[in-house]
Amino acid sequence: MPMSDDGAALRLKDDDNVAVCLRAVPVASTVRFGAAEVRALADIPAGHKIALQAIALGALVRKYGQPIGKASAPIAAGEHVHVHNVEGMRGRGDLAEVSA
Amino acid sequence: MTFAGYRRPNGTVGVRNHVLVIPSVMCANHVVNLIGRTCSEAVTINHPTGCAQVGTDFEQTKRTMAGFAANPNVAAVLVVGLGCETNESKALAQEIAARGQRVEVIGIQECDGTTNTIARGIEIVGELLREAKNHVRTRADVAELILGTECGGSDGFSGITANPALGYASDRLVAAGGTVILAELPELVGAEHLLAERASPAVAKQLYELIERVEARARSMHVDIRYGNPTQGNIAGGLTTIEEKSLGAAYKGGSSELREVVEYAERPRSRGLVVMDTPGQDIEQMTGMVAGGAQVVVFTTGRGTPTGSPIAPVIKVATNTPMFTRMRENMDLNAGTILDGNASIADVGNDIFDWIIESANGRKTAAEELEFRDFAINRIGPSF
Repeated sequence: MPMSDDGAALRLKDDDNVAVCLRAVPVASTVRFGAAEVRALADIPAGHKIALQAIALGALVRKYGQPIGKASAPIAAGEHVHVHNVEGMRGRGDLAEVSA
Repeated sequence: MTFAGYRRPNGTVGVRNHVLVIPSVMCANHVVNLIGRTCSEAVTINHPTGCAQVGTDFEQTKRTMAGFAANPNVAAVLVVGLGCETNESKALAQEIAARGQRVEVIGIQECDGTTNTIARGIEIVGELLREAKNHVRTRADVAELILGTECGGSDGFSGITANPALGYASDRLVAAGGTVILAELPELVGAEHLLAERASPAVAKQLYELIERVEARARSMHVDIRYGNPTQGNIAGGLTTIEEKSLGAAYKGGSSELREVVEYAERPRSRGLVVMDTPGQDIEQMTGMVAGGAQVVVFTTGRGTPTGSPIAPVIKVATNTPMFTRMRENMDLNAGTILDGNASIADVGNDIFDWIIESANGRKTAAEELEFRDFAINRIGPSF
């Protein structure tokens, strides 16, 4: 599991497009994974996720190497990734057809 | 590898030696509590079920009570009924006896009121407590253990620290011949394919059917599961979707083959890793696993959940050091050391495994020290 250079964030699998912040990451601070780096666009609390790359509207958000939902808004690299810009794809009874 | 447990006449091995007083119906709760006031060494429980229930909902309620009372952590049981309830107390006692458990039964109407029932109950429980003192611990193989795994009040660290560490301990117990229950089906939605890969086609099919049942429920209610699960606290802790929560939760079961899928409160027939159909709601899940025969539960928590079973040790593992420090009295182990860089997943996994064996030998957990007696039966139908 690659840890960011300063230990502030953890990318659980190589193809994940988000990392988990292991401590609070203040806005404008930089999270570096070797050559790759992102600048936090918001204060991100510990345990929450930061986007490692831009994620288009409707694209899959990946953590643990698995899809955890899709972007419900365009997400820029460095953004806080959470309920305001990601929706689940499972257990979505709200999308079910209303039967007569 | 062995532990020192109580071998019961039916061959199962307990890690505690409780005398349990259980109401067959909520109308007997008060009487049960008053018996417990005098017989403080006995364990009393309350619940809001047992009457005007039908079909599979009633069957599940009765199966849960019988399984719970017959858990090998219980030496003997007193069932207290009212007399007119759906869950007829003598039939429940027969069901408990059929599972090889020592059981007595009394009814409030048959005893001509509550005062007589309490007096008779105190007499019986006194005798059961004396009998229980004759049971002694003997060596038993760890293969006799059924471990319930649970996460509650999860956060963004659950799937990184405590759950993978518990998975490591689960793998060790399975390798030693024991049984591990992975449950909370709604919290496997989005991770079921990873479990199915490790199951026979027949077991994989059963698992997919259970997951479909969860999602069908959400569809029939026209709601997004996310309104209730992940919970507000999970979301505050960084979990965004049910898939994300599930992927972290599934680590608890470890990486061994999935051998069997069982209903709520049903005793596994296989050894090894087993999935039980329980809700994610913590107390109902814990009750279902213990009713299915789990003698020990390991419960990981990020936000800080103090719950404990009336009859089984529930070992609390914190996912992060700040919460472990704040809620020290409610926690047994800290997996936050993995984040702090002081321990590996295997280190904490070994600590959890050691705690399982020590609790089986009699070491009390924080929830036991604080006398938690949380009990709730999962309902799958309305009261009529």
